[in-house]
Amino acid sequence: MVPLMNRRQVMLSLGAGGMVTALTGCSGWQTGRSRPRVVVVGGGCAGATAAKYLRMWSDGTIEVTLIEPNHHYVSSPLSNRVIDGELGLADLTRSYEPLARRHGVRIIVDRVVSFDPIAKRLRLSQGDELRYDKLVLAPGIDPQFEAIDGLAAAHADGRILAAWAAGPDTAGLHAQLRAMPDGGVFAITVPEAPYRCPPAPYERASLVAAYLKRYKPRSKVLVLDANQDVVAMGSLFKKAWQDRYGNLLEYRNHHQAVGVDAGTLTVRFEVQEDVRADVLNVLPPVRAGRLARDAGLANINSRWCEVDFACFESKLAKDVYIIGDAIQAAPKMPKSGHLANGHAKVAVAAIIASLRQRPLDPHPMLTNTCYSLVSPFAGMHSAAVYGYVAAHRTFESVADAGGVSAEPNEAEVTEALAWAKNLWTDMLG
Amino acid sequence: MIDRAHAPNHWLKPHGRRAWLLITCLTLASVADAQADANLELQSLAASCAACHGTNGHSKAQASIPSLAHLPAAYFIARMQAFREDDNLATSVMAQIAKGYDDHQLRQLAEYYASQPRTRY
Repeated sequence: MVPLMNRRQVMLSLGAGGMVTALTGCSGWQTGRSRPRVVVVGGGCAGATAAKYLRMWSDGTIEVTLIEPNHHYVSSPLSNRVIDGELGLADLTRSYEPLARRHGVRIIVDRVVSFDPIAKRLRLSQGDELRYDKLVLAPGIDPQFEAIDGLAAAHADGRILAAWAAGPDTAGLHAQLRAMPDGGVFAITVPEAPYRCPPAPYERASLVAAYLKRYKPRSKVLVLDANQDVVAMGSLFKKAWQDRYGNLLEYRNHHQAVGVDAGTLTVRFEVQEDVRADVLNVLPPVRAGRLARDAGLANINSRWCEVDFACFESKLAKDVYIIGDAIQAAPKMPKSGHLANGHAKVAVAAIIASLRQRPLDPHPMLTNTCYSLVSPFAGMHSAAVYGYVAAHRTFESVADAGGVSAEPNEAEVTEALAWAKNLWTDMLG
Repeated sequence: MIDRAHAPNHWLKPHGRRAWLLITCLTLASVADAQADANLELQSLAASCAACHGTNGHSKAQASIPSLAHLPAAYFIARMQAFREDDNLATSVMAQIAKGYDDHQLRQLAEYYASQPRTRY
């Protein structure tokens, strides 16, 4: 039993603890251990950033473990440029190793099979058990292949690819485009928003159109959109399509894909007529990654995880922080890699404050910049700034800030590459 | 002669000294805590630039996106003001981002980045 202290002794010992804090900078953890343990699950833009910044901002005094099933990070940002053959997958691949070597993150290449938020324990597929003081979940998104009849099988055998997260399918879609005869049809279906990276399907359609215009000019790109209009940078995309591709690219709204036939490469819609293509790129709806759903944390339409935006803690599980595309985003906040990186930093600051039993930052800020190409030689951006508004318990975009490019331009092609390079380094380097 | 009935002699007694030590410790502790809170908030604010400009303002692609680390604070503020006010820059990323921060935040950012070392490692 702990010997009872009188009030003065207790206060003196707290005061002495504060002195230690003042002298050593970053300790004074309130977990009853000298080095709190934080486990981060998922090594994408959100999770990798969280792992790195937890180490940086605690001066290495938090033990950080990153669980990620892949040996390397493959960037989905810029991956549309693999589809038109401008880049290879190797250009998008980065090692996790600097997180360990430079920042002291312990990396475990494995999957989490279950976790217990009461016991604060999680189990990995190879049987290891980990305990944590705080858990960061960055599970990303899972495609809902089953939402479109026949797609799961067609995708599994490689006939109809989504290529939404960068990987072998991205190169596979490039191969299908190369093999397509001149005069063929490349059709891409766009799911209902919200989905990951709103401008990406339109950028992909633009880059495919540029490729076909150059190499197979009798061909056609069909954009079959479940939404009533282009979801991001709409007027810029539509003007660019008109100016650059004319009849080579056709946009059709209100096209909700409900089924595919892999044999004839035909896609069926809820209302509109079937479309047959030579390359069929079907983007299914997406939802929070399996781990968050299995844990019952995806409470919004069984798709997205609700968080307290002051700190990104789950509304359902204490000491579990959910960041990145898996969350129910704040209004006007897209699911983007840039924002996932920002969520991570706000969550890390909140985790450190909580471990020190200190108040949260009352006004965290987030920025977002999405670059999109309309051809290999013309890019454009959409930018926004968000501030946390305590009275509304959410992030709101700052009035007067944000906007889009005046028109696509060459400089922003280079800027997009520079942005990606710095983002990769900010999360991994 | 000391009038023991009126002198604040409890300051001199052992438990009185402990009380002073306590007050001093708590004051230092709360100052240190408040300072740590402020540092963390400043790091977090500055990190909202880092996705594009690199961790702590060290860009790996300086031809397109400049490093912010070690920029003189006055230059940083002048640039931000130009981005906010120059209509010819209105559709640039930086004009649209700079308008999202108030004057106080821009000063904090300027001082933070001015204090970062020129090179990272």
